[in-house]
Amino acid sequence: MTDRDIAMRHRSEVAVSVELETPGMTLNIGPQHPSTHGVLRLIANVDGERIISVQPVIGYMHRGYEKLSEVRTYVQITTLVNRIDWVAGFASEVPYIVAVERLMGVEPPERAQWIRLILSELARIASHLVFMSSYPLELGAITPLFHALRDRERVLELIEGVTGGRFHPNFNRVGGVKPAAGAGKQQRGVSQDIPAGWFAQTQSTMERIFGMCDDLDTLVVGNELFKARTVGVGIIPADRAIEYGLSGPNLRASGVPYDLRKVEPHLPYPEVEFNVISAESGDCHDRYVVRLNEIREAAKIVLQAVDKIPSGPLVAKVPRLIKVPKGQTYVRGENPKGEFGYYIISEGGQKPYRMKIRSTSFSNLSILPWILEGQLIPDLVAVMGSLDFVLGDVDR
Amino acid sequence: MDLSAYLSIALMAMLGTGFAVVALWASKRLAPNNPTPEKLAPYESGIVPLQEPAERFPVKFYLVAMMFVIFDVEIVFLFAWAVAMDDFGWAGIAAVGLFMLLLLETLGYVWKRGALDWNVAQRARYRVVVAPEPPVEEVA
Amino acid sequence: MDGFWLAALKVLIAFALLFNIVLVLVWVERRLVARMQNRIGPNRAGPAGMLQTLADGLKLMFKESIDPRRAQLGIYLAAPVLALIPALLIFLIIPIGAPITIGDTTYDLQVTDLNIAVLYFLAMSSIAVYAIVLAGWSSGSKYPLLGSVRAAAQMISYEAALGLALVPVILYNRTTSLAEIVAAQGGTFFGIFPAWNIVLIPSFIVFLIAGFAETNRAPFDLVEAEQELVGGYHTEYSGFRFALFFLAEYINLFNISALTVVFFLGGWHGPVFGPTFLQYLLPIFWFLLKTAAVIFVFIWARASLPRMRYDQLMEFGWKRLIPLSLVWIMVVMVAVGLRRFGLPWS
Repeated sequence: MTDRDIAMRHRSEVAVSVELETPGMTLNIGPQHPSTHGVLRLIANVDGERIISVQPVIGYMHRGYEKLSEVRTYVQITTLVNRIDWVAGFASEVPYIVAVERLMGVEPPERAQWIRLILSELARIASHLVFMSSYPLELGAITPLFHALRDRERVLELIEGVTGGRFHPNFNRVGGVKPAAGAGKQQRGVSQDIPAGWFAQTQSTMERIFGMCDDLDTLVVGNELFKARTVGVGIIPADRAIEYGLSGPNLRASGVPYDLRKVEPHLPYPEVEFNVISAESGDCHDRYVVRLNEIREAAKIVLQAVDKIPSGPLVAKVPRLIKVPKGQTYVRGENPKGEFGYYIISEGGQKPYRMKIRSTSFSNLSILPWILEGQLIPDLVAVMGSLDFVLGDVDR
Repeated sequence: MDLSAYLSIALMAMLGTGFAVVALWASKRLAPNNPTPEKLAPYESGIVPLQEPAERFPVKFYLVAMMFVIFDVEIVFLFAWAVAMDDFGWAGIAAVGLFMLLLLETLGYVWKRGALDWNVAQRARYRVVVAPEPPVEEVA
Repeated sequence: MDGFWLAALKVLIAFALLFNIVLVLVWVERRLVARMQNRIGPNRAGPAGMLQTLADGLKLMFKESIDPRRAQLGIYLAAPVLALIPALLIFLIIPIGAPITIGDTTYDLQVTDLNIAVLYFLAMSSIAVYAIVLAGWSSGSKYPLLGSVRAAAQMISYEAALGLALVPVILYNRTTSLAEIVAAQGGTFFGIFPAWNIVLIPSFIVFLIAGFAETNRAPFDLVEAEQELVGGYHTEYSGFRFALFFLAEYINLFNISALTVVFFLGGWHGPVFGPTFLQYLLPIFWFLLKTAAVIFVFIWARASLPRMRYDQLMEFGWKRLIPLSLVWIMVVMVAVGLRRFGLPWS
């Protein structure tokens, strides 16, 4: 075919298209919709089932934590930050408290650091298990939900056993972790923090988690229909992922083995062995598999940490009244969903001058308009779900 | 023509309709009824709709209907022959075989033309606003 | 007995039976799926929760029925009725047991034995498409509209596959009457294996898969895909109007399972022994047992499979099932021809 033929044919196709043009329909997906994980709103311009363009609208859940923290003391802020990404509450506490400690020049005792590490990894397992359960549900498979959530409950029980809270542990203190309830001055040096038998319970729960991962491997990952829905859908190339500031499993699934636990550890991660899980193609299936394998790695880390945890005090010596000297710092950690950071500016005194929260889901969500363009509506659900965001984390 | 076999079908249709109508009527009487404008608004994920649903739908969907008509009508011919197959012998099988080959050929043609590809990449019209002018061929 | 009154009686019995079947079916499905998901399921209303469905139905009866502002009210109200009627009508042609002889009259355990039952079944399931399309269209809302357009495309595509899957059965059994199809499956192969039409395995598979699509059950439940289209075509339906759709859906599930048994699994045939009353009851038992087994497959699939995507569903129907059925018909046609007429050149 000559260029002219191609052009003529194209012209006639365009003419037909214009003549039979169907008006695009503007479809609101959310804020009240089963698959938007809360109150995300997408204004989608659809042609039949195909999305021409999509515009996310956020802010329905804005709680103003950044502003609130300007009028709270550093101690009070710990109760706020674990409510940002509530499925992994503990993990979002740690970078904040580390940032405050850095500003104050306090080094928490080793045991406290190891407890933080264990609880962070448990939070990662819990968060990923939520994804393991909700993502197949979005594709219409209802059973994995119940299986994965059942085992997540075991993990939450562990977190609750130490901290007293399933979702909002509020367990970190400047200079360490919270001493056991009722532990007075004389008990501070002893390991009164962790309930008796907790480590054994952790080990048996981790065995359970490995079993659950194997179950999910056969029930979901190997399922032909699941593959048909996810393989090759919503591909994010590595360079795109970096441009949009994706982090965490979403970035690693695109083939960038970047993990802040290796790059910039502020907990004793160098002392445990674990692999950074990454995948090649960056489609929805890879994002699922990466998270599934991360659960395994996290469980391995927990098991190692349980063996290695030293005894010692829980809290370093800090003044009764937390006052932070003038200065600023940015501390980021590997939240289950990706990079989670706090930029704190202190002008001295009991309250921060300004605190900026670099929340993971907000950055991960920014790729939505690009990636959803030209997708089908069912793929919208598949792609959106695979990014694993929490609306509280987006709106803050 | 004996239609007695259809008597019960008519009876069931009447019974079913009667049940449904009575149930809907009873439900209307028994249930509370206090409509508010918000309640009556069409559901659109909690947002006041910006726009009416489209009146026209993409051609693709009509294509399915057309293909259905083609294939389903053909199937009906097959039923008629299948019942009376013994009366026609090999001649009937040959004729129907030819007919089926034609059907398969039609399917193959439609397939090759792309009418059975539902997840085609975006159409050109979304990207190209104005079609390029055909290049004028130089006369040597 | 007078023909009219016999027909009326049968229809009444069928109607009552069907409603009881739905009550049990919904309960069984919920309990079974719960069991597969480490849950308990409904267990409060009645013994082991068996009255839960009835309670839900009554609740819907007392729920406010909303007339959406943009709805085309006439069509909007007719759609649920239109969904229910074909479902009820398909049940009439299903033979649920062996004919019973009392005195010198033989009663069929089938409301009506149409000589074109297969066509009737296909026609009725085509009408059911209208209900869903009209429901979605007349709601005047976008999600139902998308759901109903999907429904139209999906159901008519699989309608073709469903019809093609039945052609070999008719070829093989030389009839379109369901009673005769069941009767033709009475014998045995080599004296041991029951001579069911399941020997037409490709047809059986195509019919079962198309049945999933026709009843809009998972993994083909795109029509009401909750995560994408919220409620699908019945998003705007509330109260008892929704209950009618629900009722129709479960009657259809029973119908398609029962028809699978009739067409491929030998209908009510099974080992029959014992005194006369047992000889009448056992066929019904075998029929219900086989139907329950097929229903179990439907429920099992729902509990374990994700939903297919719209385009995959359509391509699977048109590019796999239909060509497969066409080729299979030709194979069966030649095989049956060889058996009945011998070699063409002899």
